[in-house]
Amino acid sequence: MKILVPIKRTHDPYSKIKLKPDGSGIDTSNIKFVINPFDEIAVEEALRKKEKHGGEVVILSIGTQEAVEQIRTALAMGADRGILVDTAGKTLDQDSIARIMVKIIGEEKPDLVIMGKQAIDDDSNQVGQLLSEYLNWPQATFASKVDIQDKKATVVREVDGGLETVEVDLPAIITTDLRLNQPRYASLPGIMKAKQKPLKVVKLDELGVDITPKVVVEKLETPPERKAGIKVKDVDELIAKLKEMKALPF
Amino acid sequence: MSILTLLEIKDGQIKKGSLSAVTCARQIAEKTGLPYNIALVGNPSDQAIDEAAEFGAKTVYVVKVPNYTAENYKIAVEQIVNESSAKYFVALGSAMGKDLAPRVAAKLGAGMGSEIIEVVDGETFKRLMYAGNIIATIKIKTEKKVLTVRGTAFEKAQKSGGKSDVKSLQPAGTFDKKRFVKLEETKSTRPELTEAQVVVSVGRGIKDPENIKIVDGLADILGAAIGASRAVVDAGWLPNDYQVGQTGKTVAPQLYIAVGISGAIQHVAGMKDSKVIVAINKDPEAPIFQVADIGLVADLFQAVPELTEKLKKLKEQSA
Ligand SMILES: Cc1cc2nc3c(=O)[nH]c(=O)nc-3n(C[C@H](O)[C@H](O)[C@H](O)COP(=O)(O)OP(=O)(O)OC[C@H]3O[C@@H](n4cnc5c(N)ncnc54)[C@H](O)[C@@H]3O)c2cc1C
Ligand SMILES: Nc1ncnc2c1ncn2[C@@H]1O[C@H](COP(=O)(O)O)[C@@H](O)[C@H]1O
Repeated sequence: MKILVPIKRTHDPYSKIKLKPDGSGIDTSNIKFVINPFDEIAVEEALRKKEKHGGEVVILSIGTQEAVEQIRTALAMGADRGILVDTAGKTLDQDSIARIMVKIIGEEKPDLVIMGKQAIDDDSNQVGQLLSEYLNWPQATFASKVDIQDKKATVVREVDGGLETVEVDLPAIITTDLRLNQPRYASLPGIMKAKQKPLKVVKLDELGVDITPKVVVEKLETPPERKAGIKVKDVDELIAKLKEMKALPF
Repeated sequence: MSILTLLEIKDGQIKKGSLSAVTCARQIAEKTGLPYNIALVGNPSDQAIDEAAEFGAKTVYVVKVPNYTAENYKIAVEQIVNESSAKYFVALGSAMGKDLAPRVAAKLGAGMGSEIIEVVDGETFKRLMYAGNIIATIKIKTEKKVLTVRGTAFEKAQKSGGKSDVKSLQPAGTFDKKRFVKLEETKSTRPELTEAQVVVSVGRGIKDPENIKIVDGLADILGAAIGASRAVVDAGWLPNDYQVGQTGKTVAPQLYIAVGISGAIQHVAGMKDSKVIVAINKDPEAPIFQVADIGLVADLFQAVPELTEKLKKLKEQSA
C-alpha cells in the first residue's frame, strides 16, 4: 500500500507569536520550526500502517527550500522518500495548496492520503476536505482510530457529542486528530539513513497549477490582550468578588 | 442572488448553536441587500421545519438525508445553492461545519473563510489565526463565498416573526464510497459545553479520573457544563468532546472556572472570550492567572469542596 502524507512546516506550538512591527507578517526571528503537530501524527499513522500492511510512505511538502528540514525529519522517522514542491516564497491560499496536491496525487497514485486536520499557523482546517472534493474521494476527517482491511478503512471520528464511525473505500483522505497516536522520535540510525533517502524537488511553475488566490489576507493585527485581574486570598474573598461582578447565576 | 445558511439538526430538532450562522447571514444580508434562505438537511421533524420558518428567511429548503456524511450533505447543499442562486453559504464552525463547508467550497469553486469572527463587508471578514494570537482580515475574491462562523462571535439568532416559504427537494444523488456506521454519543445531563452560561473546566491538576467527581457538585450548583484541558482528554479521563481550546471547542460563557489548568496558549484560545474567568491553581506563576479576572492560589482539593459548600449555602439563602 502506498500512503502519501502531506506535511507543512509550521512554528513550534510552544513558541511566542508576535507580529513584525509593520504588521506585514509574523516575526520569525526567534521561532523554531517543526512539522505541523497534526501532520507529525499523520506521519506516525502512515508508518504504523506500512509496518502492518507493507508498502511505501511518501512525504509531500509545499513550501520553500527550508521545508526540506521537515521532510528529512519525517524520513528519519521512517518514511521512504520525499517530494518538495518549491514555491519560491509565493503566498498560496488553501485552495491552491489542495490543487497542487491534486497534481502530485495524479502522478503518485497513492492508495491513501493521511494528513493533518489543521495547520496550527493559519488554523484553516480546509485542505483535506478541499482535496477530497477535487479528487471525488471519500474523506474521513478528525480521525482518532484507523483500521484498514480489504481496500477499505474504518475510521473513528471525533465529532460534537461523541465518536462517529465511518467506512470509506480506498483511495481516501484521512485527516488526523490529536488522539490518533503518539508520534515516535527519529532514532539516530534513522537520522543517518534519512540523509540517503530520495528527495525530489519540483518547481511550482512546472506543475502548471493556476495559483491565483481565491482568498487573500489583507491585514494582520494583534487582538486586545485580556488583562490579568486580581488574586484573592481565600474562598470567601473569591465568592465576594463573584457576587460583586454579578458572575453567579443565582 | 441570495445567501444560504445551514441549520444543523440533531434528533429531529434544530441545534441552537447553529443559529449563530443565521445571525452572520443577517449581517451579510444587511451589508449586501441580498435576502437569506435557510437550508435544513438531514432529518428535521415537522416541528423543526415550522420553527426554521420563523427566522425571517425568504425560503426554508428541506432535503431529507438519512445519515450525515459530508459527501451526501454536499450534494444536498449544492442542490439548494443552485435552486436559490446562492452567492454565499454560511455554516457554524462545528465539527459538522468544518467537515462539510470546504467540500462545498471546492464544489462551488468558492473561496472560503474558516470560523470568521466579524463581517466587515460583503467580501471582507475577520478571523483568528495562530491559536487566537493574530486577527487576520481576509478578502474572498471569488463570486461565490463559503464561510464558517465562530459560534462565540455571533449571537444566536432570535425568531423574527413572519413565516418563510418551505420547499422540499429530493436528494439529487448519493455518494456510495463512504458509509456511516455508528455514532457513540457522550451522554450527559449537563448543558452543552458551547451553550452553557457557566463552564467548570478541569486540568491535569486533578491528578486522577476518580477526582473529577469533586467538580461535579460545583457544576451542579452552578448549572454548569464541564470542560477539560487537552491533558485530561489525552489521558482518557474525559471524552474528547469536553476539550476546550485551539483544537477543541471555543466557549464564551458568563463564568469560566479553570481548576488545575496551567493556561497554555492552546487552552486559552478556546476560553479567553468568557465574561468572567476564575482560576484555581496551586502554582502562583501559572500562566492562567494572566487571563483570569479572579485568581485563587490554592490546592484545588481543598478549595473546590469549600467553594462548593459555601456556594450551596449562598444559593439556598437566595432561593
Ligand atoms: C497542536 C496542539 C494543540 C493543542 N490544543 C489544545 C487544546 O485545544 N486545548 C488544550 O487544553 N490544550 C491543547 N494543547 C495542549 C496544551 O499545550 C497544554 O499541554 C495543555 O493545555 C495542558 O493541560 P493542563 O493545563 O491540564 O496540564 P498542565 O499544563 O500539566 O497543568 C496542570 C496545572 O495544574 C496545577 N495543579 C496541579 N496540582 C494542583 C492542585 N492540587 N491544586 C491546584 N492546582 C494544581 C499545576 O500547577 C498546573 O498549572 C495543544 C497542544 C498542541 C501542541
Ligand atoms: N504547504 C503545505 N504543504 C503540505 N501539506 C500542507 C500544506 N498546507 C496544508 N497542508 C496539509 O493540510 C492540512 C490542513 O491544513 P489547513 O487546511 O491549512 O489547516 C495540514 O495539516 C497538512 O497536512
